[in-house]
Amino acid sequence: MSEWWSYGLSDFLLFSPRTYYRLFELYNAAIWPAQILSISVGIVMLMLLRRPGPRQGRLIAALLALCWLWVAIAFHFERYATINWTAPYFAAGFAVEAALLLWLGVIHGRLRFGLDANPAGVVGFAIVLFALAVQPLIGPLLGRDWRQVEIFGVAPDPTAVATLGMLLLATGSTAWELLVLPALWCAVAGATLWTMQAPDFWIAPLAAFLVLALAAHGSQLRR
Amino acid sequence: MQRHRAMSRRALLGGLAAAGAAALIPAPAARAQQEPILARQIPSTGEELPVIGLGSWITFNVGEDVVARDACAKVMGDFFEAGGGMIDSSPMYGSSQAVIGYGLAKLGMPAGLFSADKVWISSSERGPEQIEASRSLWGVQRFDLLQVHNLLSWEAHLQTLFAMKAEGRLRYVGITTSDGRRHAEIEKVMAGHPIDFVQVTYNVVDREVEARILPLAEERGIAVIVNRPFRQGALIDAVEEHPLPVWAAEIGCANWAQFLLKFIVAHSAVTCAIPATSSVAHVRENMGAAYGILPDAVMRRRMVEHVAAL
Repeated sequence: MSEWWSYGLSDFLLFSPRTYYRLFELYNAAIWPAQILSISVGIVMLMLLRRPGPRQGRLIAALLALCWLWVAIAFHFERYATINWTAPYFAAGFAVEAALLLWLGVIHGRLRFGLDANPAGVVGFAIVLFALAVQPLIGPLLGRDWRQVEIFGVAPDPTAVATLGMLLLATGSTAWELLVLPALWCAVAGATLWTMQAPDFWIAPLAAFLVLALAAHGSQLRR
Repeated sequence: MQRHRAMSRRALLGGLAAAGAAALIPAPAARAQQEPILARQIPSTGEELPVIGLGSWITFNVGEDVVARDACAKVMGDFFEAGGGMIDSSPMYGSSQAVIGYGLAKLGMPAGLFSADKVWISSSERGPEQIEASRSLWGVQRFDLLQVHNLLSWEAHLQTLFAMKAEGRLRYVGITTSDGRRHAEIEKVMAGHPIDFVQVTYNVVDREVEARILPLAEERGIAVIVNRPFRQGALIDAVEEHPLPVWAAEIGCANWAQFLLKFIVAHSAVTCAIPATSSVAHVRENMGAAYGILPDAVMRRRMVEHVAAL
């Protein structure tokens, strides 16, 4: 396809907002009660933050990897792909992030997490809490059906945002390899919602921007 | 502009008068029993095609959602009941082809169907494979019309389509573009290849094709399909903030959708417009434009000026 400059974002939106949110409604019904398990995973991750130790980083990385793999297969590949032919590529991206978390966090044990009282620690913890407890409520607060809620661990946006927050809580050198795909997804999600004229389009991109800015600032301080 | 702005007394009275006139116009399905639908001949064969078709971009991409698929099937049912013929889709439109196939099977493959689809793939070798996958999703024996979508790899795909037509596996060949893209290339294909159809964007606001493409289509005997008649809903959203002018009743328009569609299909070069909708109420409104009288050149100019002044 030539003349790419003449295409706007709306030319790539293949579905209506109604279809998009119905997708979450049908998905939530189909996977129930997996949402309880995924929220529990989030709570366990928060509890692990208070228990630093040799296995903590590996466990959190394994739980995050599990979430990314679930979203890759159960959401992107099996559901989203029915209305969006780019979804298999998203599935691949989420699977790659799961593999990176396993490789760097579980196999190589490169990740350690802590609750520091510095700006990155405070913002990181707030972002994780937001993704777990507040982000799912935004849709219903904006008038969308509560059955269409997007929940951490099973829906892509809160999973990506929570992962970014967790990575901001990682001690030691910044794991840039792990930040790239969640940040990219936040940009894709923001663009999709913006094209659908959803008022909450800015949330995931803002979270990604905050995390990347604080991660870059932290990297500079460590030099 | 606010969607629910306050109306002036004059505008309100005008709207009421138009609504009163609209009440006298029977519903399209009932009209289909009483009077012939407006149709245009496909220049290359003389076959007649109803002037209002049904697009499927976005609206029919509902995935596996059975409730939404049934709603689309109902839209298709009302479309055919009102005398509609052409349904247009593309492999680019997500699950739209499968949803059309679902609707056609549910409706028992309506006799009036004119199936129009597209080939949309960079690889010319994989074109036939994609066409066969599309045909299978629709559940039709063969397509009436296949078009090269947005001119993607058009030289190679046109060869495939012309070969299919020669073998009797396809009735018509076409090319498409939208939103004014690559018009120079479209003209080149129209002038140099024996295509039956060209699909372009045309509406009361986007009228670039009036200058060269529509006259060329008439000169070369090429049927014209018009996409995005409502600018993906943005145009109708904008005009619906204003009352329908009273004089719209003179050309049998009961609502803005019919006003916008009648403007398009009144052009002598246009064969068919393909508004997309997932709403039964909207498909009925749209099909109303395929009945009654069409605006003449003077009235069309008035329509352009009126919309420009809103």
